[in-house]
Amino acid sequence: MPEQEAAAQHGAPAREVGDFLRRRRERIARRWADAGLFRTVFGVSRSAHDDAAVETGRAVVDALASVAAEGRVADPDADGFAAVRDQLARTAAARSRAGLTAGQVSLEVDALRAPADELLVADLSGRPDTFVRECATALAVLMGTLRLVVTETELRARQEIVERQRPELMEASTPVVRLWRGVVAVPLVGTLDGARSQVVTEALLDAVVQQRARFAIIDITGVPTVDSLVAQHLLRTAEAARLLGAECVISGIRPAIAQTIVRLGVDLGSVTTRATLSDALGHALRRLGADVVAPGGTESP
Amino acid sequence: METAGGASACLPIRSDLDLVWVRQHARQAAAQLGFGLVAQTKLVTAISELARNTLVHGGGGQVECTPVSRAGVRGLRLTFRDEGPGIADLDRALRDGHTRGGGLGMGLSGARRLVHEFEIDSCPGTGTTVTVTSWVTGPPRPREEP
Repeated sequence: MPEQEAAAQHGAPAREVGDFLRRRRERIARRWADAGLFRTVFGVSRSAHDDAAVETGRAVVDALASVAAEGRVADPDADGFAAVRDQLARTAAARSRAGLTAGQVSLEVDALRAPADELLVADLSGRPDTFVRECATALAVLMGTLRLVVTETELRARQEIVERQRPELMEASTPVVRLWRGVVAVPLVGTLDGARSQVVTEALLDAVVQQRARFAIIDITGVPTVDSLVAQHLLRTAEAARLLGAECVISGIRPAIAQTIVRLGVDLGSVTTRATLSDALGHALRRLGADVVAPGGTESP
Repeated sequence: METAGGASACLPIRSDLDLVWVRQHARQAAAQLGFGLVAQTKLVTAISELARNTLVHGGGGQVECTPVSRAGVRGLRLTFRDEGPGIADLDRALRDGHTRGGGLGMGLSGARRLVHEFEIDSCPGTGTTVTVTSWVTGPPRPREEP
C-alpha cells in the first residue's frame, strides 16, 4: 500500500508536466521557434521559417507530453519519442551543417528547458512549493532525456552517412583516365583493401576493353602501404590486363616502398614498373612508336 | 632494462576499417619516435601483414602498440593477439610461399624480415600471439634477453 502511494506520488508530477505541456503547447512551441536550435533550419523566407519551426516545436511538445503521460520521463526509448526522431535528426543535421559541434547542438537542446520551465512555474503558482519543485524536476529530467535522444539520433544519422559514403568513396577514388590513344591510367589514392581493389581492377579492365588500350598504367603514388595483399592485387590486375592484350605498367613506386617490397620478398618482376607516372607514359609512348623528346633535354619527360 | 617511453594503445582488429586505423596509428607512433621514412614503411607494412593475419586467420583480435626503449635506443613493440584456431606447424607457416588463404604466402615470413625482432607463439585451439619490435636506429647492443 505505501509503495503504491509512493509510485502514485512519483508519477503525479510527471503527469502534471504532461498536462501542462498539452495545455501550453502553442505558447511553448512559439517560444521554442525563436530558440537557437531552430535557427537556420527551415525555408528561406522568414514566415515560412517561423511556421515550420513552430510546427516542429509542436511535434516535440506533443512527443514530450506523451512521454510524460506514460511516466517515462527518464527513458530515451519511450514510445513518444519515436514520432519526432526524424524531425530531431533533420534539426540536428541542419545545426551541424551550420557549423555547430555535437556538444553545441546538445547545449541548444538544453536551452529549450528554461522557457518551458518559466511557463510551468507560472502555471503552477498557488500549488504547494514541494509539488512545484517536483514538477520542475520532472520537466528537467524529461528535457535531459530529450537532449540524449537528439544526441543519439544525430550520432546514428552520422553513422548512416559514413556507411552511405563508403561505396561512393570507393568509386570516386578510382577514376580511369585516358592519357593517350591506347594508354589508360588509374591513379590510386589511399587504402587498397578487399572491395576497393576489386573496383579498381574492374574499372581498369573495362577501360582497357572500351578504349582498346595497349597500355594500362596503375599509379600507386598515393598508396601509403604496399603489403603482400596489395602486391598480389597488382599482379593479378596486370595478369588480367595482359589477357586482354594490354601491358600493365605500375608507376609511382617510392624508394621506401621499393625497399620494403624487396625485403617483404614479393616478386614484381613479371610486371613493368617505373618510378613515376611520366616515366610510365614515356615507356608506353615509345612502345607505341612515338618519339618522346623532353624540351631542352635528352631524357624522356 | 626496457622502459616504456610513452603511452601504449590497444586497438581492436575486427574489420578492414580497423586495419586502416592500426596502420595509421602505427605510422604516427613510429614517426613520433623518430623512425625514418624507410623504417616507418617497413614497420607499417609488417604490421599490415600481421594485422590482416589476425583478422583473416585468427577471426579477429587486438593489437597492443607500445613505445619501448633499451640501452638508450627507442623502438616500437606491437603484440597481435587472436583466439583463433592457432597454427599447427609454425616452421611451415614461416616459410615463404606457404598460404592457407589464397594469398602470396609472404605475409608471416615477409613481416619477420621487415622487423628487428619477431616472436610467435601459437598452439592449435588457443590462438596466436605475435610480438614484433623495431628500433629507430637498428637493434641496440648489448642485447639483453629476458
